[in-house]
Amino acid sequence: MNTTVDARGLSCPQPVIMAQKAIDGGNFPIEVYVDTVTSRENVRRMAERLGCKVEIALQDDEFKLVLTK
Amino acid sequence: MLNRITRFFASRWGIILVGALIGILGPVLQKLGNPPNMGICVACFERDIAGALGLHRANIVQYIRPEIIGFVLGSTIAALIFREFKARAGSAPIVRFVLGAFAMIGALVFLGCPWRAGFRLAGGDMTALTGLLGLVIGIWIGVLFLRTGYNLGRSQKTYPAVGWIMPILMIGLLLLLIFHPVFSEGGPIFFSEKGPGSLHAPLLVSLGIGLLIGFLAQRTRFCTMGAVRDVILMRDFHLFSGLLAFIGFAFLTNLLLGQFKLGYMAMPIAHSSLLWNILGMLLAGLAYALAGGCPGRQLFLSGEGDGDSAIFVLGMITGAGIAHNFSLAGKGDAIVNGVFQMGGISSFGMIAVLLGLVVCLAIGFTMRQKVA
Repeated sequence: MNTTVDARGLSCPQPVIMAQKAIDGGNFPIEVYVDTVTSRENVRRMAERLGCKVEIALQDDEFKLVLTK
Repeated sequence: MLNRITRFFASRWGIILVGALIGILGPVLQKLGNPPNMGICVACFERDIAGALGLHRANIVQYIRPEIIGFVLGSTIAALIFREFKARAGSAPIVRFVLGAFAMIGALVFLGCPWRAGFRLAGGDMTALTGLLGLVIGIWIGVLFLRTGYNLGRSQKTYPAVGWIMPILMIGLLLLLIFHPVFSEGGPIFFSEKGPGSLHAPLLVSLGIGLLIGFLAQRTRFCTMGAVRDVILMRDFHLFSGLLAFIGFAFLTNLLLGQFKLGYMAMPIAHSSLLWNILGMLLAGLAYALAGGCPGRQLFLSGEGDGDSAIFVLGMITGAGIAHNFSLAGKGDAIVNGVFQMGGISSFGMIAVLLGLVVCLAIGFTMRQKVA
């Protein structure tokens, strides 16, 4: 079962906190939606530090990050 | 090409490079005329702008600081080039305004934002340590709220024109600075003739350095509050390495320029009131943490279209007016006729700090989503 995290419109560090909770929950793959490059980079950095693989796709002008282990 | 530059600036070396550069440029600006241990201070410089506009009448701290203008416009330029300019607004604006106002009052009790705390420390002013201690405690309290669901809600994408308000406001300030109109007899625009407000580097140098820092800080997301918060919240030392580079290189530059003077009492534009240095910065740190960025970062965000950060900045400028009109701001130590006079804050200032803490705690406690 996968997990979806909608962190669009939220400012730092909310997207990172939400994504980290999802990683702790352990239901991979995790889809994280963010709408700024800052949030994208912050979530990416945190997820890679926790040993996840991160794939990033651009949808309209928002980002979808798929985290897998 | 743009992507590779973005990857570099997002890297550890990117943030260290920019932190180091800010650390070097601050003392250089001081050498070129800015006030002592105040090469750059976002809070003090916004306070000077408030004074120049006549929002307060403390005649020693009035000047339209080009660094602030440069920070916002530099960030706008970077965001446009890298296609990150995104107009957004609507995440509890009134709360951000209040947080900005109290953040400024706290900062002016200590006499500096986190950047200036770093520059003061790097210039040998040991009272900065008490401010930094307060800052860390304030951010730590903010992290406790973040961990238990504190959240000001989502911003919305909005009309591009909304994002342009802050950059245009800064262009307006630049015009007022260049042409220095006087709107009425004895009225604004005020520029200090003595005191810290009268001390400034040449306009074009300040503006140029401001633009450069604004550009680079937008790329790297340099943030002093975020640096401490990320360490406490998730043991992430990315931004913190930039902060360390900033203080380290400021120290080295001060040594080279002969601006390092070790001491605790009667340091430049600083007071040695231990408790209120701590509590002032504690209030400021908590407000920054609840608002999601230090004063510098809020400027950079406002430059890339973030209307909520713009409101925080306007809150800070308003807070500066209140701080000086109501005698809340700290008064520096002084040596008069060879006699040391300890500075500090008035009882109004003490009440304002305590009131600010109550308000910030109330915001933290009442604006939480239920955590499952």
